[in-house]
Amino acid sequence: MGSLETGVGSKEEDRTRDRMNQILFAISDQHTTAASKPAGVGRRYWRSLEEFCDTDEFRRLVQREYPSQAAFALDPLNRRKFLSLMGASLALAGASGCSITPAPTTEIVPYVRRPEDIVPGKPLFFASAMAHDGAAVGLLIETHEGRPTKVEGNPDHPASLGATSAIHQASVLDLYDPDRSQSVRYLGETRTWDDAIDAFRAMMSEPGQQRGGGLRLLIGTVASPTLRRQLESLQQRLPDARLHTCESAPNERALQAARAGFGEHGSPRYDFTKADVVLSLDADFLYEGPGHLRYAADFISRRRVRTSAADARQATMNRLYVVEPAVTCTGAKADHRLALRASEVEAFARSLAREAGLSTPAAAHGDVRSRHSTWISAVAHDLEAHRGRCLVIAGDRQPASVQLLAIALNDHFGNIGQTVEYTRPIASLLANGSTTDWIGSFRDLTDAMGQGAVKCLVILGGNPVYTAPADIPFAENLAKVPLRLRLGLHEDETSRLCQWHLPETHFMEAWSDAIAYDGTATIVQPVIEPLYEGRSAHEVVAILTDSREVPGRAIVREYWANEWKLDLGSSEFETRWQTALHDGVVEGTRLPAQTVTLNTRWQSELARESSQLEGSQNEDPTSSLEIAFAMDPSICDGRFANNGWLQELPKPITKITWGNTAIVSPATAKRLGLGMGSYAHGGEHGGYHMPVVTLTLDGRSVDAPLWIMPGHADDAVTVHLGFGRRHAGRIGGSSDETVGFNANLLRTANSLWFARDLKITATDQTEIVACTQAHHQMEGRDSIRAASLNNFQEHPNFVSQAIDDERRERTLRAADGLSLLTPHNYDPPRHKWGMLIDLTSCIGCNACVAACQAENNIPVVGKDEVSRGREMHWIRIDRYVAGDADVPKAFHFQPLPCMHCENAPCEYVCPVEATVHSADGLNDMIYNRCVGTRFCSNNCPYKVRRFNFLAYSDFDSPGRRMQYNPDVTVRSRGVMEKCTYCVQRIRHAEIGAETEDRPLVDGDVITACQAACPTQAIVFGDLNDPQSQVKQAKDSPLHYSLLDEELNTRPRTTYLAELRNPNPDWEGG
Amino acid sequence: MAQEFPPYANFLARLTIVGAAFGLPLLVWLSLLYTRSSYGTNARVMHEQPVPFSHQHHVAVLQIDCRYCHQSVETSSFAGLPATETCMNCHSQIWVGSQMLAPVRASYRSGQPIHWKRVYNPPGFVYFDHSIHVQKGIGCSSCHGQIDQMPLTYQVPSLLMDWCIECHRHPEREIRPREAVFDMHYAKPDDQLDLGRRLVKEYGVKDPYDITSCSICHR
Repeated sequence: MGSLETGVGSKEEDRTRDRMNQILFAISDQHTTAASKPAGVGRRYWRSLEEFCDTDEFRRLVQREYPSQAAFALDPLNRRKFLSLMGASLALAGASGCSITPAPTTEIVPYVRRPEDIVPGKPLFFASAMAHDGAAVGLLIETHEGRPTKVEGNPDHPASLGATSAIHQASVLDLYDPDRSQSVRYLGETRTWDDAIDAFRAMMSEPGQQRGGGLRLLIGTVASPTLRRQLESLQQRLPDARLHTCESAPNERALQAARAGFGEHGSPRYDFTKADVVLSLDADFLYEGPGHLRYAADFISRRRVRTSAADARQATMNRLYVVEPAVTCTGAKADHRLALRASEVEAFARSLAREAGLSTPAAAHGDVRSRHSTWISAVAHDLEAHRGRCLVIAGDRQPASVQLLAIALNDHFGNIGQTVEYTRPIASLLANGSTTDWIGSFRDLTDAMGQGAVKCLVILGGNPVYTAPADIPFAENLAKVPLRLRLGLHEDETSRLCQWHLPETHFMEAWSDAIAYDGTATIVQPVIEPLYEGRSAHEVVAILTDSREVPGRAIVREYWANEWKLDLGSSEFETRWQTALHDGVVEGTRLPAQTVTLNTRWQSELARESSQLEGSQNEDPTSSLEIAFAMDPSICDGRFANNGWLQELPKPITKITWGNTAIVSPATAKRLGLGMGSYAHGGEHGGYHMPVVTLTLDGRSVDAPLWIMPGHADDAVTVHLGFGRRHAGRIGGSSDETVGFNANLLRTANSLWFARDLKITATDQTEIVACTQAHHQMEGRDSIRAASLNNFQEHPNFVSQAIDDERRERTLRAADGLSLLTPHNYDPPRHKWGMLIDLTSCIGCNACVAACQAENNIPVVGKDEVSRGREMHWIRIDRYVAGDADVPKAFHFQPLPCMHCENAPCEYVCPVEATVHSADGLNDMIYNRCVGTRFCSNNCPYKVRRFNFLAYSDFDSPGRRMQYNPDVTVRSRGVMEKCTYCVQRIRHAEIGAETEDRPLVDGDVITACQAACPTQAIVFGDLNDPQSQVKQAKDSPLHYSLLDEELNTRPRTTYLAELRNPNPDWEGG
Repeated sequence: MAQEFPPYANFLARLTIVGAAFGLPLLVWLSLLYTRSSYGTNARVMHEQPVPFSHQHHVAVLQIDCRYCHQSVETSSFAGLPATETCMNCHSQIWVGSQMLAPVRASYRSGQPIHWKRVYNPPGFVYFDHSIHVQKGIGCSSCHGQIDQMPLTYQVPSLLMDWCIECHRHPEREIRPREAVFDMHYAKPDDQLDLGRRLVKEYGVKDPYDITSCSICHR
């Protein structure tokens, strides 16, 4: 039994693995032949492949909640040791409760001059914005006595509407990252800003440098209009200096396509509120790219069904078709999803265009057309039937030709001006738009460096040494530049190759501005003094331009005074400035839509774009494997690698934490002869031992653990970028220990997002992949309920009809007072808090998980602990797959916080009453009483309780402590914890209402997860208030409770069943 | 073979039995005594402060309202401690040369705050809120005692949970009219229970069952 601990190579595990692979591959065989699954194998909804295959081993593991400990207790030798240790701790248990010394005296330190507006004990919220991927999202930053602790979305900001993404939530942890660079460094030695400025001036005063001849600037995407203006004046002042970029502008390829199609650059802006049918061509518009939060909100607003059973016939939903290689959040919400390799998407788009009646050159892969003819014609007909009310979106990873086809299709269906409009580019390196091709610009710089033409290179942001494609020798050529300065948050790979590293300010420390996906500008205001010696890009560019050291605030104000044509000193300017700061949006900055007409020669443009595509078009697709690159859903291109919250966030689809993998479909895994790994600590506990394979492309190779993901396109591999960093910090990887592998080593400039001719060779190694998808099993009970819209219209009460009579009888009997538990009285004026989660609205984006982590001081535990099933997130998002492993029918997300059962099974097993009911029906957890028996967790059917096996929380680092929410206890070792419905927010709202002598109204209490959710999938409120949103939503016929019928737990968190809207005219798909 | 047990083993055995019977309860009693002693709770312990601030002088003699210094007591969980600036409002005019006030002037000049010793120091997992207590008619002196008689401030109650919960179970015993909250001379009337019940109703104090829920104070 001890082998469960060590994991590798026991015969039992080999048998299990063999058995699993046998079932798995039997299914894939069968599917290709008979398209049906063997009777009695598999479940209707499942989370992990083990669960799907339902092996004996899996069943056994489900029985135990903490198998790694179980193994320890069953080993006779260890058991004896354990008992003796336990005896000792029992003897000391009484003593440890009382300390002999009295509580230490603490200090209280009031202000010298109390700042205006600060009331000690009350948070303040400042409107600001975070730019990411070249576009901003408006935020409200919560500060406690000057310390930023949490961010919320700004409800007045068009890109947020009050929501945030996980990345925004985690940004506050970046601020306090102890690995941030803290001072100016020259060759690793601490220097001052003056030294760096002197070095720059000395270089610029050399002969021939006055016009900036040898000066180059390398810069990331610029979302700040002020910075853009500053760069323009830098170019005017130093006309020979050149700007380059090392990052793709948002929608860069769409901009190129717009130029080809309309003759001018234009950023697409979608209006999902008007779209009845949406086709996504490899576009993950719900999860990434500028405006994704708004798009998700708008898209879901057309999908939410809140009708009564009687009006079910009137219910309407939009329809989503997705064509994509790897499963994404958008693909998981699709009504019809087609897994195609990334390179085949163009062929699909061409075939669709032909089907729709557009004259396009013949599809490159004729094969795609014949293989998916029903799909193509069904989509074409559906789009045709919704002229002007449909939308075709091409993803940023697809080449400009696919973007152009999307434009042509939208034009053909009359969508331009309706569901999609074009605006001036929201962000590009140069305001005149002379270049939108970042890779060309980056290559030019590298070549110039190689020829010795660059005397001084200033790198502002980005991390080009790490992110550069493998065939651009940026790092080698960098050494040939005599003076290299780098402004960055961290001393990373790029800083190490520059003589000067300049510390940058975090966006919460400096003045700036940023524009959103629709052009709306926000002034970014600092909420804390710079923690270190950092300066902002504005201040650095001002120094570069004319050696002036100007504070960032003055620079930003000057820009806006110019923009508003007002005097800096005038009261009118001051009013506008204050209003803009307060509201978090600058009024009147939304970009107007441009009138565009598709030029008639777009077909020839398409041919030109396509001819630039690499590789031969007629090659047999099955003869070679394809590799697709994708930004990591959590840490992006690696810029957030040192953020523990994001590293530990289970990726939306694979649920992998702390690393990346080579993701393939079950059929491809079989073709390669590679199977699912054996269990390390039991698959349930996430320590998957996955086989390591070598990925070789163009003679470059990296080793990567394999991952099998149902729903992935066959004969293709997806790898996430952003991992394998060598100088990220203590969390993100150092030269001794990296997290994941660096997929940039395979990427070339010509094939940034996908490439052919990938070779995979097996190695004899395995690697632990920390994946949470099978943690916290609920024994396959009926957790997901879903139906098609048609089905719902015919059987509006399908959810309750699903409960069989016997169960209903049992529930009724229990409700009749036959419960063991004493009934509580929740009658008004008492509040009766409840939560509702709409599965139709949930897009699985993890914003709630990260928001909960920030709000509730949830610790990060690290890869090793996650692989033992000890992650601490209070809300998890279960990802279910419906149907076969080979061609999954659908994906479902189910967020699972504590259910706050009225008859809570956890409560009556606690020997010390550390978890009890509050009068308003919350299942309270009292940390100071908890002695850590874990009985409660054992008895929780939903598996939502988390135990501090070790002292995970950081009580000591001064930086880390500043982030903690002062209203929530920081838990120590040996204490159970779980979702509290953000009880601190409830109590604050109650006290606030009572001190103001008014009743608490719906909306006064908003939980952290609810606030962050972009699609309002989570609703919280008082069930005693008949007008409350949550009460009304719970009256829906789709309403159901989890495990209530089986266990009579009467959970307060309940769900709305998921509805889909498959094309009724099309069987299959 | 030598005896396993020496003759005094009997004595040890008796000692153990008697010790267990009396010693263990004694130990428990002593530890309870300790927990409740002022050594354990810090009650009635005066701390040496950087400035020997006298509430007696400022409250009883000068009649300064509590809220002049403790500004957020009605609006926030934290009553607020006066900024150095607040002290200097008066002390830039009076007692300008006093040696005792040197730290205040130094703080005002240097911008470095004064580090006071915390007198009421509930554990970190307790979230006390001043504003709601003031709103519901719990007077300052209910918890802080006759602070107007204290030359140096000390903690009056034990701050043990049973002390808190006693009042949460019977708010009518302590509640007083809102206008008397800051009154240091307020004395409970003879009909406190009647008045208390009336005020509990009038001020909408929740049922004891509600305000003794754990998450009212612990989160």
